[in-house]
Amino acid sequence: MKKLINNPEEVVLEELKGIEKAHSDLVKVHYDPNYIIRADAPVKGKVALVSGGGSGHEPMHGGFVGKGMLDAACPGAVFTSPTPDQMLEATKAVDGGAGVLHIVKNYTGDVMNFKMAADLAKDEGIDVEAVVVDDDVAVKDSLWTAGRRGVGLTVLMEKLVGAAAEEKRSLKEIADLARKINGQGRSMGMALTSCTVPHAGKPTFDLPEDEMEIGIGIHGEPGRARMKIKPADEITEMLMKPIVEDLPFKSGDKVLLFVNSMGGTPLIELYIVYRKAVEIAEKNGLNVVRNLIGPYITSLEMAGASITMLKMDDDLIKLWDAPVKTAGMRWGI
Amino acid sequence: MAVTRDEVISWIKAYSQVIAENKDYLTDLDSAIGDADHGANMHRGFQAVLAKLPVVEDKDIGTILKTVGMALISTVGGAGGPLYGTFFIQASTKLQGKMELTLTDWAAALEAGTIGVVNIGKASVGDKTMIDALNPAVQALNGTAGQELSMTEALKKSAEAAEEGMRGTIPLVARKGRASYLGERSAGHQDPGATSSFLLLDTAANVWAKR
Repeated sequence: MKKLINNPEEVVLEELKGIEKAHSDLVKVHYDPNYIIRADAPVKGKVALVSGGGSGHEPMHGGFVGKGMLDAACPGAVFTSPTPDQMLEATKAVDGGAGVLHIVKNYTGDVMNFKMAADLAKDEGIDVEAVVVDDDVAVKDSLWTAGRRGVGLTVLMEKLVGAAAEEKRSLKEIADLARKINGQGRSMGMALTSCTVPHAGKPTFDLPEDEMEIGIGIHGEPGRARMKIKPADEITEMLMKPIVEDLPFKSGDKVLLFVNSMGGTPLIELYIVYRKAVEIAEKNGLNVVRNLIGPYITSLEMAGASITMLKMDDDLIKLWDAPVKTAGMRWGI
Repeated sequence: MAVTRDEVISWIKAYSQVIAENKDYLTDLDSAIGDADHGANMHRGFQAVLAKLPVVEDKDIGTILKTVGMALISTVGGAGGPLYGTFFIQASTKLQGKMELTLTDWAAALEAGTIGVVNIGKASVGDKTMIDALNPAVQALNGTAGQELSMTEALKKSAEAAEEGMRGTIPLVARKGRASYLGERSAGHQDPGATSSFLLLDTAANVWAKR
């Protein structure tokens, strides 16, 4: 494998050291247990937002710590849920007395580890609520699966809920807002390549040169189906169709359209996809009021893209436009 | 005939070695139907367990296994951390104060550990998880109750049942965990969690066999 790393076992630690050096104006990094908190934490009287997950999805979540977004992010080993002590210590470090919301992506490990941490935090007298994000339409939400994965919508949720927290909304209002957002966003992704987890040393799966995976997650695992690669416009149709039909999005809806790189796909290609996605959205009578285009929730160097669409209203538009100052997303300040 | 406290420690140390040796194998299994981290996660966890053992080596078996469980929860991560951590912690509740295990003790502990895993993971037999190895092992042990088998023989039967359960995961379509996202594509691959669970019980059977 060719990676810009040193010892595979030290990848996350060295990354954290780099983040610490690069963004000391925005964040503080704590080691053993590992977590990243905003430099001015705890912010008194504001609901604190804590998220986390495996490393390898940067900038999510560590790159989203700062004013207007997360108060803390807990990085696990690559593609591995962080452990309860990370979330517990991070929760305590950012608790500003107004309660804490855990934003948890719907993966078996994330849900269990965050739940253990929340229970421990509550035992220590901190008011903790949790919201689970499960926007991926590739997986059937049924008794026969672990449920839909939390993917692209997580980025939008962290921004929107982060802005609501800056407005000093209450824990209950913010938890309700988060659940509302979760209920009206959908995502779907595809991959042109797998990715190589540092300690594994080789790609998680082999994808022939002329094939693609549809319905992937963000951890390098295979998707729902493999098929011959198609042109970008057809791929975009294949991603947009289940998104539109699943909610379903209806004619007249205002939407935020998010085209995300899985890490290896460059902006030049994302804009090609965006162009077609907007055309499809408008053909369905949707009004694209905001967008996000770039690598925001990645899977190491996987080539591929995901699309997320979120139904918007005036409040969500205002929250989206509100200032945010983090390493991975910054506007208005 | 009983297993001593020191033999329980030998089991944990031996399993740490088995995990180190099988790290790449477990990673390969987890690449086929997962995200390729099971080997590394378990290895990290059990290296942390080895570091904690000296502090509790003179304590009772319950304390030792609880320490193992807590070390796993704080280092393994993923689903494996809470699941294996809970397994050891729940097993330990049946072994408080004990300095040796009879077959009855071990059967109770294994059952408690397995129930603990089911309680937080919510998996059933056939979902293609570690339960597919653990549950048959528990059934086999409970099945030896009236049979006057030696500890060695009973442990061997239990490990064999776990092995059969592990191989039985190959044709299954996963209904829990990351493999379930693959749907039908998860069939034809052995489950990594069932594999590491089988290895746990197989190591116990080997280490505790009385010659």
